[in-house]
Amino acid sequence: MSERFTKGMARNIYYGGSVFFFLIFLALTFHTTKEMPKRDHRQNITESVARGKALWEDNNCVGCHSLIGEGAYFAPELVNVYNRRGGEEGFKAFFSGWMKAQPLNIPGRRQMPNFHLSDQEIDDLAEFLKWASEMDTNNWPPNIEG
Amino acid sequence: MNTLKYQSQAVAKPYFVFAMVLFVGQILFGLLMGLQYVVGDIVGGLIPFNVARMVHTNLLIVWLLFGFMGAAYYLVPEEAETELHSPKLAMVLFWIFAGAGVLTILGYLFVPYATLAHITGNDYFPTMGREFLEQPTIIKIGIVVVALGFLYNLGMTILKGRKTAINMVMMTGLIGLAVFFLFAFYNPTNLALDKYFWWFVVHLWVEGVWELIMGAILAFVLIKITGVDREVIEKWLYVIIAMALISGILGTGHHFYWLMVPEYWQWVGSIFSAIEPLPFFAMVLYAFNMVNRRRREHPNKAATLWALGTSVMAFLGAGVWGFLHTLAPVNYFTHGSQITAAHGHMAFYGAYAMIVMTIMSYAMPKLRGIGEANCNKAQVTEMWGFWLMTVGMVFITLFLTGAGILQVWLQRIPESGEALSFMATQDKLAIFYWLREIAGVVFLIGLIAYLASFFVKSKQTA
Repeated sequence: MSERFTKGMARNIYYGGSVFFFLIFLALTFHTTKEMPKRDHRQNITESVARGKALWEDNNCVGCHSLIGEGAYFAPELVNVYNRRGGEEGFKAFFSGWMKAQPLNIPGRRQMPNFHLSDQEIDDLAEFLKWASEMDTNNWPPNIEG
Repeated sequence: MNTLKYQSQAVAKPYFVFAMVLFVGQILFGLLMGLQYVVGDIVGGLIPFNVARMVHTNLLIVWLLFGFMGAAYYLVPEEAETELHSPKLAMVLFWIFAGAGVLTILGYLFVPYATLAHITGNDYFPTMGREFLEQPTIIKIGIVVVALGFLYNLGMTILKGRKTAINMVMMTGLIGLAVFFLFAFYNPTNLALDKYFWWFVVHLWVEGVWELIMGAILAFVLIKITGVDREVIEKWLYVIIAMALISGILGTGHHFYWLMVPEYWQWVGSIFSAIEPLPFFAMVLYAFNMVNRRRREHPNKAATLWALGTSVMAFLGAGVWGFLHTLAPVNYFTHGSQITAAHGHMAFYGAYAMIVMTIMSYAMPKLRGIGEANCNKAQVTEMWGFWLMTVGMVFITLFLTGAGILQVWLQRIPESGEALSFMATQDKLAIFYWLREIAGVVFLIGLIAYLASFFVKSKQTA
């Protein structure tokens, strides 16, 4: 069998198979990007949400937290923090207080730095987290704790 | 003593040496982070966790890239049976890349990240602040320039020389690496699109084109140390990487389950990523078979150990630990838990750190003018390094897996209201984190032994 199965055949499987499955991947990606607007509610991305995402990146929040399970696992998941910490009624007040109270300086506890954000910036970040919490993540995370 | 077939292969040496310097940094910051997991304020606010993590992960990526480049500069001329197109260009690129790498790490450590983003113009061309792609935009552009110069140099070498399967696979892998990195520049305001295409860099690197690089390096070392017929080794190389790409490309779907995408990805991702362990299993059979069928007794026993070791550890870390949480119904509960961290550690060590040390183990004695192999004493020290690092990593993985299972049990499986909060759960995992830290110290001792092996001299020369 190993005589009849030559290197040339193996090479053709490699090139042919890779190209074939990559094309399928591209086709599925094309379809997915067409479907995405129904799930990410991009019409709700306001100027404030966009600024919030930039703040999320510029302060490397993902270096400790996760967002939809991606990022670091050192600090809580934040895609549903809006719902976990008060939602429509209470989140913004909670969030502003929380950001200003850092670092908590509880001995031995993991420390979140104070990023010295302005009230406007804290509001932008809150808007970003609110928008993120409203995306359709196929029901993830399993519960409110993230 | 001159022991190189082609003199220009010598440019590989600084790449390997610098990779090891960065490796040491990576491990030291890893140990610091491990401590921060249990003693949160261990260094006060001096080095926040996110900074330590950027340093840890970016050093890993960069030292592996240095290792891959060193491997390419070593094996491509030998395979092509010609001198490297331009050793001078290779050295210029070395200094540019090393300088950019050092600047980036110093920037992370000494400048607040938001300031770094600001002064490097992230407001105008935002690419920063995403996991593993934290480098300032200007550094990312520098990486592309270095990659282009590197590919040009290798491409010209292969064009004028012999085009072996190993060279073609290595080249496809490296070109893929450069092409998929371009997605690092795509950072739309819409997080849904951002996350989807972020995986085009991250997944298509480590579960795609990097496997080609790994396969090519392994095949090269196997030909050299076993003397088995090239036709046989290259045939099975094609089979393995064919399986890797056929499973791995659509396997990207296992990262899409909980993104803002259609549910069919849960089926596509589960089915294809369930096949991803196969190429790694084939690699174990391949490495052991070739060594068993060896036609010569190569004096470099350490290199053989690394070649066998990397196949086994890649299979365990990438294959088995990947499969553990790759099926969508399981992943629903384990996604983004310590189980993910366990898998990441063993997979990166087994597949990529170890393949770089495999080629280094084979090539360094020649690059240093020692000969086919180091003296026996140096090899024994190197093997101590191999076993201590590998056993250390096995235990790091086991303890993180334990932490992950308990985390899922306490925080993910119970209903809202019953489930423990993230921070309360973390307190319960402390014992696992302490044990992981001890295993990390064992790993560091192994790394020291490994590095010490480069300084062990045989009695005759001492």
